Amino acid sequence: MDKFTTFTGVAVPLRRSNVDTDQIIPAVYLKRITKSGFEDALFASWRNDPEFVLNQEPYKNGQVLVAGPDFGTGSSREHAVWALRDYGFKVVLSPKFADIFRGNSGKQGLVTGQISEADTERLWQVIEAKPGIQITVDLTKRLATVGDISVSFEIDEYTRWRLMEGLDDIALTLKNESAIDEFEKSRPAWTPKTLPARN
Amino acid sequence: MMAEKPLTLAEKIWRDHLVVKGESGAPDLLYIDLHLVHEVTSPQAFDGLRLAGRKVRRPDLTIATEDHNTPTIDIDKPIADPTSRTQIEALRHNAREFGIRIHSLGDIDQGIVHVVGPQLGLTMPGITVVCGDSHTSTHGAFGALAMGIGTSEVEHVLATQTLPLNPFRTMAINVEGKLREGVTAKDIILAVIAKIGTGGGQGYVLEYRGSAIRSLSMEARMTICNMSIEAGARAGLVAPDETTFAYLKGRPHAPVGADWDEAVEYWKSLVTDDDAKFDAEVFLDANTLEPFVTWGTNPGQGVSLNDSVPSPESFTDPNEKAAAERALEYMALTPGTKMKDIRVDTVFLGSCTNSRIEDLRAAAAIIKGRKKADNIRMMVVPGSARVRLQAEQEGLDQIFKDFGAEWRFAGCSMCLGMNPDQLAPGERAASTSNRNFEGRQGKGARTHLVSPLVAAATAVRGTLSAPSDLGEN
Repeated sequence: MDKFTTFTGVAVPLRRSNVDTDQIIPAVYLKRITKSGFEDALFASWRNDPEFVLNQEPYKNGQVLVAGPDFGTGSSREHAVWALRDYGFKVVLSPKFADIFRGNSGKQGLVTGQISEADTERLWQVIEAKPGIQITVDLTKRLATVGDISVSFEIDEYTRWRLMEGLDDIALTLKNESAIDEFEKSRPAWTPKTLPARN
Repeated sequence: MMAEKPLTLAEKIWRDHLVVKGESGAPDLLYIDLHLVHEVTSPQAFDGLRLAGRKVRRPDLTIATEDHNTPTIDIDKPIADPTSRTQIEALRHNAREFGIRIHSLGDIDQGIVHVVGPQLGLTMPGITVVCGDSHTSTHGAFGALAMGIGTSEVEHVLATQTLPLNPFRTMAINVEGKLREGVTAKDIILAVIAKIGTGGGQGYVLEYRGSAIRSLSMEARMTICNMSIEAGARAGLVAPDETTFAYLKGRPHAPVGADWDEAVEYWKSLVTDDDAKFDAEVFLDANTLEPFVTWGTNPGQGVSLNDSVPSPESFTDPNEKAAAERALEYMALTPGTKMKDIRVDTVFLGSCTNSRIEDLRAAAAIIKGRKKADNIRMMVVPGSARVRLQAEQEGLDQIFKDFGAEWRFAGCSMCLGMNPDQLAPGERAASTSNRNFEGRQGKGARTHLVSPLVAAATAVRGTLSAPSDLGEN
């Protein structure tokens, strides 16, 4: 995972709430067994609509998405994060994220910053007044700046640290391997075992 | 000695699985007792292991089934869709390579991962369960802490049998009273989601409590816990009790002998302490609850079946109002239309929410001896091969076939349409599944979430209906 400190890119206003992961990537695209190449699948159904924001010329190369509340609800598919990432998005800002989506994002280097509803509206207005405007997201200061305004965003401290250091979760956990070995010795005998199979 | 801090059920399970306590903002590291795997969210995880030269730490705590992509007809023939076939073959290959037990299409223990775990007796009280599927919350019905995870976390669990997790908040969902005839667990959970919203549970583990919950069967509790994620919750659970123990006893992987006794003794301690505090509480009156259905495109957009399609103007929150406007346009519904006047094309009885034997029995009892409405196509998809077999032994398949319904093989099927079971654009369904998102059951498809009883009554009348609308048989 690459280290993330600050990033500047085209801001995209997505004036929708409850953007569920079926909208971010419909199930039909989940049949692939690779972890990349999902850019065509992002918002696949909405992109058939010429009016959809990503079909507007200034937003086509969008890299920072500013969306309404409850972004990423529904299915646990990490493909939603891969699709955003593969399209080119580095950051999503929203007043509220679904837990699983937010967790998945943190593992893949996609920054999810939580902002207030009022700040979301302010960002939308600035972006829509000047389509294609660049926004700077500073993870060290937790600040998003576009035009004349700056809004602060929230992200949990641990995820922020991991993103800034570009650290892999599994490697971090394996530092505790002896604690895992120790814990396993204390597990009760009745806990389920899938092997040998009984049916 | 100081008295221990009173804990909720979920906090007790957390405490008993803590491998490393997170310090200075780091998450806790929790041990995972059971890892369920299916074909859609696992291939990239196995690939990650391979690239890093890692093994599966505990194949004996891992089990795989094929469900999302599997066809529900002609299962003896090669899977027609090459991408579905590739994904399923990838799972078989990965299971072989990493030594994981797999139940493939055609196997008697194949089926929806959340039906198979409980049916084998692998899902037990007090354990931690994860799966790369948001409906893993289903297993909370046993008093297990069960969470849906993403593919990176699947890889993490395969490699380490643990997960770094942030502490959660707790919410009590108190449902007191007695359900009226024709009102089910599905109506309870749809009403809960309508009440707290699709984001209302975010960051919380829900504990369903109260006399109405206690009186429910395990199947019904699974239906409720299953949809916890539709309220945005991390997990949902019900404290184990005699109903839980009776369901588990004698199942293939349930403990036996002294292990059983030890387990039950521990399981009985898995209740929220009397003086434990929840971070939030919600109350729902079971006595007045009516069959519940959705009108919109998220599971929180629901009303009583006796109500009408709401007007967007009735929402004060601007986001909810905009979402309602958009949903009504997508659903092609006009405010004020009585829900019971909405004409349906397809009835889908299935999914990890409502495809267990009890669900099939309930629906079969309604349609038995009645005639299907001509405008309706009905599909019945049992949750597992064993559920299908049991239904056939009870003669339920014949009731469905006589009625004119299609009797299919087990899988996720039309809940998300990854296999050929999809709705056509504009087609409207009454579906016992869990998500009414835009395009969920097929591009442009319109979904109303309903209970198995409402699904069955709707298939008879052709419009959204309750069993009480059918009159004497």
